[in-house]
Amino acid sequence: MTTLDDPYAAGSRETTEGRVYTVTGGDWDQTFGADPHEDERLVVNMGPQHPSTHGVLRLVLDLEGETVTKARVVIGYLHTGIEKTTEYRTWTQGTTLVTRMDYLAPLYNETAYCLAVEKLLGIEAPPRAQTIRVLVMEINRIASHLVGLATGGMELGALTAMTNGFRERELALDLLEEITGLRMNHAYVRPGGVAQDLPEGAVEHIREFLAVMPERVAGFHRLLTGQPIWQRRLKDVGYLDVTGCVALGVTGPVLRAAGLPWDLRKVEPYLGYQTYDFEVPTTDTCDAWGRYLVRMAEINESLKLIGQALDRLEPGPVMVEDKKIAWPAQLSLGADGLGQSMEHVRHIMGQSMEALIHHFKLVTEGFRVPAGQVYVPIESPRGELGYHVVSDGGTRPFRVHVRDPSFTNLQATAAMSEGGMIADVIAAIASIDPVMGGVDR
Amino acid sequence: MTTPADGFRRGAFGVSGSGDTSGFGGLVRVEPGGAVALHSTERPYGGWFDEVTDALIDAVGEATYAAAVQRVLVDRGEITYFVVREHLLTLVQALRDDEALRFELLSSLSGVDYLDSGGPAVAPGRPRLHVVYHLTSMTYRRRIRLEVAVTAEDPHVPSVTRVYPTADWHERETWDMFGVVFDGHPALTRVLMPDDWEGHPQRKDYPLGGVPVEYKGATVPPPDERRSYR
Repeated sequence: MTTLDDPYAAGSRETTEGRVYTVTGGDWDQTFGADPHEDERLVVNMGPQHPSTHGVLRLVLDLEGETVTKARVVIGYLHTGIEKTTEYRTWTQGTTLVTRMDYLAPLYNETAYCLAVEKLLGIEAPPRAQTIRVLVMEINRIASHLVGLATGGMELGALTAMTNGFRERELALDLLEEITGLRMNHAYVRPGGVAQDLPEGAVEHIREFLAVMPERVAGFHRLLTGQPIWQRRLKDVGYLDVTGCVALGVTGPVLRAAGLPWDLRKVEPYLGYQTYDFEVPTTDTCDAWGRYLVRMAEINESLKLIGQALDRLEPGPVMVEDKKIAWPAQLSLGADGLGQSMEHVRHIMGQSMEALIHHFKLVTEGFRVPAGQVYVPIESPRGELGYHVVSDGGTRPFRVHVRDPSFTNLQATAAMSEGGMIADVIAAIASIDPVMGGVDR
Repeated sequence: MTTPADGFRRGAFGVSGSGDTSGFGGLVRVEPGGAVALHSTERPYGGWFDEVTDALIDAVGEATYAAAVQRVLVDRGEITYFVVREHLLTLVQALRDDEALRFELLSSLSGVDYLDSGGPAVAPGRPRLHVVYHLTSMTYRRRIRLEVAVTAEDPHVPSVTRVYPTADWHERETWDMFGVVFDGHPALTRVLMPDDWEGHPQRKDYPLGGVPVEYKGATVPPPDERRSYR
């Protein structure tokens, strides 16, 4: 029990519910060793600052020994009020806000938001812009799945999975930086198209990426797939079948690992996905192992999609022609990110006052969007990412609600972990791969 | 936005409202009921919308349907049923279970506050809080939207968690952000804001920025109270 000279000794206090300990460190045996509390309920708080909870996620676990009898999930630690903030910014600025929600899949947030705005406006982005969107989204999917694998591996103690996962992700982020100017939070996809055409050399660099990635994916299979520890940590852990998934609203790799090939790119195609040749990988194991395999297979499918998108890139505009929606000039892409186009600045500052007024009005006030509401779902790396966007006819969104797959999927934590071991809670949550920026928004 | 009495101007250019100075910004069509506009679509709705509507009428009975669905709006290829809260559970149960409907998945549930949406001045008793349900039929690959409108004075809506367990957190979020009370929810507590938070931040009459932030003794006022350029 406690000793006076141990500064880390646990304090305890008798309450009507029983003895309550305040543990601040030290040795578990010294605290509880003399007390035969094994068969009693123990409530352990885990997080929100914990290296294994996949972000600022807090778990309240009821334990009996090492068995979890109740798992409660507490979220909200990363709530930044993005949905509210969008109501105070123009439709174009909304892109910059929503990209920060699910920060591992920023281009999905942007694309879904822009598809919703375009549906409200009744316009469609030009073919080249649509292909570029597919291209950058699939690069983003690979980066996102690699982070899911890397952090999931780290949480289970497979540190090489983390270092290798982040190393491969750098390749994808370098491409995105080259195309959009930024590694994350790109604000690249805009209502009506994309902010910038592909820079010179990007296509060649993407092809180099496509050449090197299959070997890197095979490396992960050599490192992890056949490894007994990895298999035993994942197999039969976090079980959730199709019925459970649909009842809890779970979509994405978790649903596909339960055997249902539900992928919005196939079942409700957008951006011309119906014209691409790709498979929807599934497994029927319903567990964390199946989700791992599905994500690895999806990386390969994304590589196929990127190659096809490159093949069909035709020259053309990347923004709608409508001058009331498209900004008057494309930004220029420099070594330090996106910046002004000096040619355009010379034009508006030196030659045309009307062009200056038009630019000023469009950028500060923005364009109007006819009143109404739409719901646009797309398949993000984590499942159905839906944007419910309402307009009252003004220059700013009236309401933007994001149905984030992480938020919905995280509800399955209790169903996946209760009755299992505490160590498997970590594996189960890692297999959901929630991103707290998306959960809390 | 209030006019400051001390002569200081607010905002970068001293404007209030949209900042529009062209005059064209005033061309907002004022519609009864605001952005939702009390429009409705007459049958036939077109496409599979009629099939779903007929199947729904078959499932719940004509009398119940007439009492439950106030109006139907087809806009931009999406169909919305405006439902009275008393019949919501009957409808969603039929929508999920009926063989011709099979809306197995509740994709999204959220709120919209139509307080200042260009409609008439807000009168107490106007149903400004809307709860929006997006249902997906994985069998037929269809999506529909249900909307339930309640007043801020009586913001009660029955919980659909027993039909769609996924509604749990969505309803908590809608309570958190809009103050809609979902009767029958197993534990309707805040989910994103702290437990002791006052107010419902995404209501339209809740200001952006809300609370002063304190940092090492210095206080930072909310954005709408900060000194601005003159």
